[in-house]
Amino acid sequence: MSENIVEIRDLTRRFWRKTALTDITLNIPRGIVFGLVGENGAGKTTLIKHLLGLLKAQAGTVSVFGLNPVDDPVRVLGRIGYLSESREMPDWMQISQFMSYSQAFYPKWDVKYAEELREMFELARDQRIKSLSRGQRARVGLLAALAHRPDFLVLDEPSSGLDPIVRRDILSAIIRTVADEGRTILFSSHLLDEVERVADHVAMLHLGRLVISAPLDQILEAHHLLTLQFPESLTSNPTLPGGLGWSGEGREWTCVCNGELEQLRSAATSVGASIVEQRRPSLEDVFLARARSVQSPSGRTPS
Amino acid sequence: MQLHVSPSDGVPIYQQVVNQIKYLVASGRLKQGEQLLPVRKLAEQLIVNPNTVARAYRELESDGVVESRRGSGVFVSEGVSPLAKREQNKILNERIDMLLAEAGHMNVDLEAVIKLVRQRSQQMR
Repeated sequence: MSENIVEIRDLTRRFWRKTALTDITLNIPRGIVFGLVGENGAGKTTLIKHLLGLLKAQAGTVSVFGLNPVDDPVRVLGRIGYLSESREMPDWMQISQFMSYSQAFYPKWDVKYAEELREMFELARDQRIKSLSRGQRARVGLLAALAHRPDFLVLDEPSSGLDPIVRRDILSAIIRTVADEGRTILFSSHLLDEVERVADHVAMLHLGRLVISAPLDQILEAHHLLTLQFPESLTSNPTLPGGLGWSGEGREWTCVCNGELEQLRSAATSVGASIVEQRRPSLEDVFLARARSVQSPSGRTPS
Repeated sequence: MQLHVSPSDGVPIYQQVVNQIKYLVASGRLKQGEQLLPVRKLAEQLIVNPNTVARAYRELESDGVVESRRGSGVFVSEGVSPLAKREQNKILNERIDMLLAEAGHMNVDLEAVIKLVRQRSQQMR
């Protein structure tokens, strides 16, 4: 079997006339935490639904464990643990009923481990799903996603709308899963500091396009947050090769730049500026700059 | 061993872990021969990817701050390494720089600052 759990080639998806995904090509290697980031509506959930066979590729191919999830749902889904963003669950069930219900779907369900998770998440067996708080609901969803010890854990916005304590639970469950068992995890989020903490690899979707997909360290090392000072005030932002999004006014302008520091430095000199401050951007800085540079009319517009 | 990391502070997370452990060792809060948390435990505590912690530990090991003993874990190196001294100086220099900058603002000259330091030191005994 290949080293990639997921291989997506040239995936394009339209809903009526609206394009949700355009020419997505990406791989998810085995054993890593893969962070999928993007604003709401960027196409994260649509992409995930293709991996689960909930959507069929209109153009391009999707393979999971070397199989097409639409043609072979049993073999694919049996090895995936999935926590959906909406967390739909049968409201009338008690937690213990929901656990046996979920067990029925997964031959590999580990009863003992499921009980351990239930206790760790402080969920009462006889509590009804209907009466759960958002955080408890997320924990139940996570329990169901983890208890069959899936090879591939897919979490769609696992911590959106949750308080910090539950978010911590979810993130440490991710960390424990990858550390204990070397499993592959895909998790989507718009909370970039969360992704920066736990991901090995980050893919960034913007307006249905893949803007970057690379190891997190590589992304962070390839970008610099530079503040340039000019001898005279500028009325509009300067341009620099590799410059992604400017802010500032007058003589000082700040920009996230993509490239080698040495080259950026000489580029700055050649436009008559000096670099007065330089630091490493956060993932959020990079994302915002990338998103802005795609949207701005002067930047590259999607064709 | 209490560390704090923040993704947005402009320093890579593994480097934050390296810096803080060096600081804990140099300041004596981590003693020679003391065992560090296992990679997994620290990763869970800090909510960071275990690979990040492993990378920090590798860095600390190649700097001679810690040593890993096969099968039993990672420990603070025995013996005062020259690096610990360097780290100590670095920590002190940062404080001294701040002190000097403040003194400069208030037009207090160096001799007066040194005299004050001596006075404080006597009071602390």
